[in-house]
Amino acid sequence: MTTLPQSKSVRVEVRDLRKSFNGADVLKSISFKVGPGERFVIMGPSGSGKSVLLRLIIGLLAPDSGEILIEGQPSRNAAVHSKYRTAMVFQSAALLTSLSVGENVGLYLAEHQLKTPAEIDAIVARTLETVGLKDLQDRSPSELSGGMQKRVAIARALVVEPQLVLFDEPTSELDPLMAVTIGEEILKLNERTGATSIIVTHDRELAFATGHHIAMIHDGRILFMGTPEEVQHNPDPTIQKFITAELAPPKPR
Amino acid sequence: MFKNIGQILVLFWQTMLSLPQLWRQRRKVYDQLAYIGLASLIMVCILSFFIGGVLALQIGPELVKRGISSVLGGLIGISLCKELSPVLIAILVAGRVGSAIAAEIGSMQVYEEIDALRTMNISPVRYLVLPRMVAIAVSVPILVLFSIPVGCFGAAMVCNFNPKIAVGFAGFFENLRDVVEPGDVCNGLFKSFIFALAIGIISCQQGLITRGGPRGIGRSVTKAVVNSIVLILILDYFLTRLLFFLPK
Repeated sequence: MTTLPQSKSVRVEVRDLRKSFNGADVLKSISFKVGPGERFVIMGPSGSGKSVLLRLIIGLLAPDSGEILIEGQPSRNAAVHSKYRTAMVFQSAALLTSLSVGENVGLYLAEHQLKTPAEIDAIVARTLETVGLKDLQDRSPSELSGGMQKRVAIARALVVEPQLVLFDEPTSELDPLMAVTIGEEILKLNERTGATSIIVTHDRELAFATGHHIAMIHDGRILFMGTPEEVQHNPDPTIQKFITAELAPPKPR
Repeated sequence: MFKNIGQILVLFWQTMLSLPQLWRQRRKVYDQLAYIGLASLIMVCILSFFIGGVLALQIGPELVKRGISSVLGGLIGISLCKELSPVLIAILVAGRVGSAIAAEIGSMQVYEEIDALRTMNISPVRYLVLPRMVAIAVSVPILVLFSIPVGCFGAAMVCNFNPKIAVGFAGFFENLRDVVEPGDVCNGLFKSFIFALAIGIISCQQGLITRGGPRGIGRSVTKAVVNSIVLILILDYFLTRLLFFLPK
C-alpha cells in the first residue's frame, strides 16, 4: 500500500501550440503560462478550440507542433502524469455508468491501491459530503441530475488531491443556481488543495468570478490575456462583443 | 484493413504486457466470467443438443442404408469434438458476448469514460481489456467442454428414438468411447481457446476505436461480430491443418 505524496501545485507553460484536424487549423500558435496555484480561465465562443487545448494539456491529444510543459517537463511524456497528479472535470462529467457514485469517486484510490477499502469508503463519504452529496454513494450516476453528476465529477477530482485540475465547461447545461454552486465548488477546491486550475468556459460570470487571469481565445488564437478587470476594460471589439452580448427582445406591439 | 490488423496486434501485445496485473483485476474477471460463461451456458446446451440431433438426423439414415450405422457414435463424437462444438460455440459467443463487449467499450469511448480513465492514469487496457480477455479465454473452452457431451447426448437421443436410424444408447456410446480419444477433446479445446482470444481482442479493439454517437457504436458492434466470425472460420482452417501434424 502506497500513500499519496505531498500536494504541491504545479506551473504550466504552453509554447507556440498548434493543432489541426483534417487540414482545418483549430489552434494557431497558442502560448501562455499558468503559475502554481493560479486559477487560469480560458474564455471564448463555442468552437474556438478551448476544449481541444484542455485535451492537449492533459495529454489526451498530441499537438502538431509546440510544447506543453508541466513543471518544465513535456506533458506528452506519460511519466509526467504519473509524477504530478492531474485531474480533469469533463463537460459531460464522464462518470463511469457501470459503477456506483461511490465507486466512481473512489476509483483512483482503488485502482492505484493507495488506500484500504475501508479508508476509501471513509474518504468517499467525506468527499461527497464536501460537495453536498451526502449518502449518495450507492446511487447510479444515471439517477442523478446533470448538476449532481458534475459535483460527483468534482468529488472524483478532489479525491486525487490534484496538483493540476482542468475544468471543461463546468457550468454548461446547468441552471443559474447550479452554475453558482459549481463555481463555488471550483473556488473551494482551489482553496482546499491549492491546485493549479485551468478552467475552460464561455460562461462570463464564472470566468470573472473564478479567474486570477483570463485568456480570451478566438478562432484558435489568444486575443488578449490579463486579469478579469483588464479583460472587462479591453477595447477590442471582438472581446467587448463577447463579454457584453445580451439578448434584446423586440418591443411588444 | 492493415491499420485494423496493426491495432489488434498492438492491443494484444499490450494486454499480454498487463498480465502481471491480473490479480488486481480479479473481481472484474469474476464478473465477466459470470456474464460470459454462466449466462451463456443454457444457450450453449440448447444449441449443442440440437446440433447433435440434426447431425444424427442427417447422416444416420445414410449410414443405415450403407449398413455402417455402428460407426455413428464415433463419427458424431469426432465431428463435435474437433469441429462443430468449437466453431459453433465460438460463433455464438461472438454474437452474444463480442457484440456486448464492443457496445460497452464503444459507448464508454463515445461518452468520454475512457478519457476519464486516462486522466486518472488508469490504463484502459488493464482496466477494460485484460479482464474481458481472460474471462473469455477461460469461459469459451469450458463452454465447449459442456457442449460436447450435451451434443453427443442429443445425437444419441435421435439415434435411439428415430425408427429410421434405430441405434441404441449402448451401441452409440460404445462406438463413441472406442473412437474418440482425450486428444480429440483437447484438439477442440485448443481451437476454442484461440477463437476466444480472437473474439475478445477484435471486440475490444472495435470498442476502443469507436467514433461518433450511437451510429458509431452500432458500426463497431457489427464490425466486431462480422470480423470475429470471419477470423474464426479462417483460423479454423489453419488450426485444423496445424493440428494434423501434432501427435494425438
